[in-house]
Amino acid sequence: MYELFKNLGSWLTSGAQWSGSDGIVHRLAEHLQYSLLATLIAAAIGLPLGLLIGHTGKGAFVAINLASFGRALPTVGLVVLVFLAGGLSMVPVYVALVALAVPAIVTNTYAGMTAVDPDVKDAARGQGMRGHQVLFQVELPLALPLIMTGLRLALIQVVATATIAAYVSFGGLGRYVFDGLAQRDLVQVLGGAVLVAAVAVVLDLLLSTLQRFLFRHRTA
Amino acid sequence: MIQFDAVHKRFPNGTTAVHDLTLDMAEGGVTVLVGSSGCGKTTTLRMINRMVEPTSGTIRVGGQDVTRQDAAELRRSIGYVIQQAGLFPHRTVLDNIATVPLLLGHGRRKARARAAGLLETVGLSAEAGKRYPHQLSGGQQQRVGVARALAADPPVLLMDEPFGAVDPVVRTQLQDELLRLQKELSKTIVFVTHDIDEAVRLGDQIAIFRTGGHLVQCASPTELLARPADDFVAGFLGAERGLKLLSLKTLAAVPQGPAPEGGPWTLVLDAANKPLHWASDDAELPVRALKDDDSLLSALDESIASPTGLIARVDADGVLTGVSSRDDIHQHAGQAHTEARVAA
Repeated sequence: MYELFKNLGSWLTSGAQWSGSDGIVHRLAEHLQYSLLATLIAAAIGLPLGLLIGHTGKGAFVAINLASFGRALPTVGLVVLVFLAGGLSMVPVYVALVALAVPAIVTNTYAGMTAVDPDVKDAARGQGMRGHQVLFQVELPLALPLIMTGLRLALIQVVATATIAAYVSFGGLGRYVFDGLAQRDLVQVLGGAVLVAAVAVVLDLLLSTLQRFLFRHRTA
Repeated sequence: MIQFDAVHKRFPNGTTAVHDLTLDMAEGGVTVLVGSSGCGKTTTLRMINRMVEPTSGTIRVGGQDVTRQDAAELRRSIGYVIQQAGLFPHRTVLDNIATVPLLLGHGRRKARARAAGLLETVGLSAEAGKRYPHQLSGGQQQRVGVARALAADPPVLLMDEPFGAVDPVVRTQLQDELLRLQKELSKTIVFVTHDIDEAVRLGDQIAIFRTGGHLVQCASPTELLARPADDFVAGFLGAERGLKLLSLKTLAAVPQGPAPEGGPWTLVLDAANKPLHWASDDAELPVRALKDDDSLLSALDESIASPTGLIARVDADGVLTGVSSRDDIHQHAGQAHTEARVAA
């Protein structure tokens, strides 16, 4: 066990491991690229959906059930399914990652919208705001903390799951895991896993700090 | 100014909130809608700015049918204050007040300047403008709510239990300020409350509603207290409605004379002839000096508290002008009652 950690330590700290096309820097960049793009696409789908459901109050069951759908979704299964249907490309990976991220975004956006004080919405309408003005000037800004939580959760989940890109022969930090498994190189597997976890934790910390800074004027 | 003509409101679940309401609210006056919860008073108020649409009948504001106007534009032309203030928690106080001017397309600079002026109007410091609503007390938030409603200088102000959530001391302050503001601004105010004392205090006209959305009586506070239409209204006004009536009459007509000499208690004055306290050989009791525009009710109260049965009368500067006796106050109280009850 001690040997394993010592090897892991030298794997992570050797200069050669960090450079080149199979180096950590390059793999990390790939990993982040997949994750950010997938989260961005998911946000483009999930945000309008959550805002619409929250604003109109229609289709709330979609927002609520999406959460459990998201948890039950077999990500690797989805990759394989889309891969079989559409052939080898990054598309199956993005489909799976987006499908994973959308529920967290929709559910939290919806939750943020429903948490807006009904008195405040009533006052907004009563002052003469139109529907879109209530949405963009009142509901959206007030729901923002929870919306950001949703985006953060989605991004963390996607970062942790983006290893599957390597499963269908693409890059990212998952490369170390799958290559390590194929080569029975436990240190490499572990190194990849540790890196993925570290990235997820660091991103989570950064984003929650940013959130706290942005919403420092809020009570709740 | 605001006319309800045979207005009916049935909600989709079948309950009738307002039943065949015909009511005129005079321009520049305060109309208080009062009744227990579920009597349709809030629904009535909310139909004026189309937060609720009537099922049938017409509502006119300034002669114009509200349902023929664009709802958002209508609401911008009518001030709206609600119970919990409903301030926007993500905007500063100043920006909250500037809401309607901004919606009307006045520039940000102009809207903020207007908002800053209103802070003073409602009795808040300029410094409060930079704060966020949660940093203010309940009473201060309510002031901001009033300022926000006044920002575009609308002729009509709708107030839905605006002082319902603050403590009694602050409530009295806010009522005083509303009366003072109303003297300056002469808005047409529709005010919803379930507190009959508040209604008597603020209303030029009080409309009492009964469960099921029936308007039972609409009259001036004096008329309502002197001649309630039926047992329901009498019950709602409470057992002390005679005393409440006295709260509407002033002390001005009660005769006054010089303070009598002798007796165990004397009224002690300071160098400027302002009453200090009642004094006997071995005790002192506080005195509450009353001005001409104080109510008969407070005079009666003070005459009971006073050890001599006399009340000290002062001018606007607090200088003693004379004293009035318990008997004189009593007689005037009785007279006021009789007049109110026989008046046509």
